[in-house]
Amino acid sequence: MELEAPDRFRPVVDHELCRRCKKCVTECSFRALEFVDGTVKPIGGCVACGRCINVCPAHCIEVRQVQSMFPPHANFNERVRRGIMSQATTGGVLLTSCGTDIPYPVMFDEMLLDAAQVTNPAIDPLREIVETKTFVGGRKGSLDVKENGRLSIGKDPGPMVAMDMPIMIGHISLGSVSYNAQKALFAAAKELNILAGSGEGGLHKDFNIYSQNVVSEVASGRFGVTGDYLKSTAAVEIKIGQGAKPGHGGHLPGEKVSALISQTRMIPLGTDALSPYPHHDIYSIEDLQQLISVVKEATEYQVPIGVKIAAVHNVGAIASGIVRAGADFITIDGFRGGTGSTPRIIRDHVGLPIEVAISVVDQRLTKEGMRNRVTLFAGGSIRSSADMIKAIALGADAVMVCTAALVAMGCRVCQQCHRGVCSWGIATQREELVARLDPEVGAARVVRLFRSWNEELKEILGAMGIDSVESLVGNRDRLRYFGPNSKIAEIMGVKHVGEGWG
Amino acid sequence: MTSSDVWGEKRKVEPFDPVSAIERREGCLVIHADRPDDEGRPLHYKVLNELVRKAMLDGETHIVLEGVMGHRYIASTANRKDLYIEIHGTPGNNLGAFLDGPTIEVFGNAQDMTGNTMNSGKIIVHGNAWDVTGLAARGGTLLIKGNTGYRVGIHMKEYAGTKPAVVIGGTSKDYLGEYMAGGTVVVLNLNGPAERSPVGMHLGAGIHGGRIYVRGKVEEHQLGPGAIMDQLSGEDAPELEELISQFERAFKTWVPRDWERWVRVSPASSRPFSGHYDPTSI
Repeated sequence: MELEAPDRFRPVVDHELCRRCKKCVTECSFRALEFVDGTVKPIGGCVACGRCINVCPAHCIEVRQVQSMFPPHANFNERVRRGIMSQATTGGVLLTSCGTDIPYPVMFDEMLLDAAQVTNPAIDPLREIVETKTFVGGRKGSLDVKENGRLSIGKDPGPMVAMDMPIMIGHISLGSVSYNAQKALFAAAKELNILAGSGEGGLHKDFNIYSQNVVSEVASGRFGVTGDYLKSTAAVEIKIGQGAKPGHGGHLPGEKVSALISQTRMIPLGTDALSPYPHHDIYSIEDLQQLISVVKEATEYQVPIGVKIAAVHNVGAIASGIVRAGADFITIDGFRGGTGSTPRIIRDHVGLPIEVAISVVDQRLTKEGMRNRVTLFAGGSIRSSADMIKAIALGADAVMVCTAALVAMGCRVCQQCHRGVCSWGIATQREELVARLDPEVGAARVVRLFRSWNEELKEILGAMGIDSVESLVGNRDRLRYFGPNSKIAEIMGVKHVGEGWG
Repeated sequence: MTSSDVWGEKRKVEPFDPVSAIERREGCLVIHADRPDDEGRPLHYKVLNELVRKAMLDGETHIVLEGVMGHRYIASTANRKDLYIEIHGTPGNNLGAFLDGPTIEVFGNAQDMTGNTMNSGKIIVHGNAWDVTGLAARGGTLLIKGNTGYRVGIHMKEYAGTKPAVVIGGTSKDYLGEYMAGGTVVVLNLNGPAERSPVGMHLGAGIHGGRIYVRGKVEEHQLGPGAIMDQLSGEDAPELEELISQFERAFKTWVPRDWERWVRVSPASSRPFSGHYDPTSI
């Protein structure tokens, strides 16, 4: 007798309506359905990805959450017991994907925005200009005032990249997602005139046409990193950490190293692609300064160079060091951020919420007189335009979004990416599955999503009487904390609801 | 110095022109990295590297850098196959990072991260090269006459026709060839007693591709996880002979072919951590 945990989900077919087309059976990449004796039957292993529901022409499938089969216990809850059972069977480190599903408090949901009333006029964004253009790159931190009163950003301002909205599609590598998925994300970024990260593993040659909207990545494995790759893209990001797995390296299992991935990452077919936990040329801020400098030399000072770190407890001091090391932009990834594969223990228990991290970094850099020298990106579960607006008000210049873009393309956040059999053709390298995602349709959906977010941003800015998103950056006075823990509000530098200023 | 000099009113010193560091010689272009600027300091690395880049753009095929004193990032991303850069002095960290084609010869010691993420080309060091030499190299050859430091040749990888190699004349320290995913490391142990092990601890830790040849004693406890040790076999001979003769030509020396003293360290598996994880969705 196997001591296996019972299934959590079960597809239920209405056999009266079922047309016996077997589409659900062939489309289920998790093999949770079979067709026997003229009927579709569940055979276990359903992950609620919803593909069968979507393809059923008779609309006769639903996926039910199986009522817990465990005796009730609030402390040894079902999740805990399932983990124990699985590890007692395999003896392995539990893997998972996407951002954490533990219901930690979300401070974004505990803050309210301000609006203009009487003493300052609101702006109508449909009829007046509300600027959302965002510049990415290092600043000198000062302005030159000419005799005629004109302002300029000083001599030798350094390379800058302009985005039409304060959104960057985060680093989702070819490997973690399919060719079609990455193509859709890049095409969307080009259409929207924003940036998208390449993730670790280089840039596929077909995607060179998008390079002016791509941020290349130098991660610890240095996969696909060549001089030409660095020079061809709009910006370069040195990846130190990722919110879903702070302090952990990358591990693309051999099963996912297909011919396509092998070619792009420049590694043999079927071997594990391991990225070391640290960069072995960076053991200090001084070493980071050298890697930033060598990448600047390699790109001949033509593109902004950034550093991405996971939000960890000492994030303020680390960010301060990164600015001093010469980074043009910093990306901070909060602990709720997504991933294509991570040990569950790290995803669920390590790091700092992005709301707190943004605020702490913004305050620290401001106090040290350096905030105006860098662009600050924040990511790690930006689920909506509301999260984006609050992140900017807390101190970010722009946000980095991944999961929401994937959901726009079909992802249902079933947390199975690491198994490589994504039924939506996103987190997989199997050709028959990849073909399910039409990159043009995917790109169009991402474009519509972010355009609507940007319109919502303008609505909020207008309501606040602000005519440019730059004026919202770090404007914590337009936020009020409406949650149970006023200590967090104090740390974030946000007043409590009810506190005014006059 | 008069007070008017201090305030710059009557300064007569010509403003420093980096072009004055360049000298044209028969068949080569010489850049004097120690050319003092207005304040008596040698060229800044940014200035030196800009001069080198410009010389490459102008089609120079033989560039000589003299008086190099710790200048970092020299020749990063240089990508002309016919380019030869001669360095006299001590180049700083990250010499030849992302190098793709040229040959760099250092008449002196190199510092850390020489040949970082190099793609192709050759770096020859007539001295020592210290920590993380050849980090994540994907192609090209590094020939080091003397000793090397810690974590040399780590995470090198090979793909299709390209295969990196590091040949070390003397010894290396701990974590040699850590995470190696391809390529070849050779330790010749030419400068010490036969009973000394020329490598440190954690040799080939996490190695999942490539091979490390050591001429000299390696104890089982020096091996890192995932590494196994064997005697040489006939299959090793052609590559080893090729790399050794490159080393001999570069340094005009002779390496004994005493194969009974050699060992080969290689990966136990190309999937070292496949059993480590539990992919069950719970």
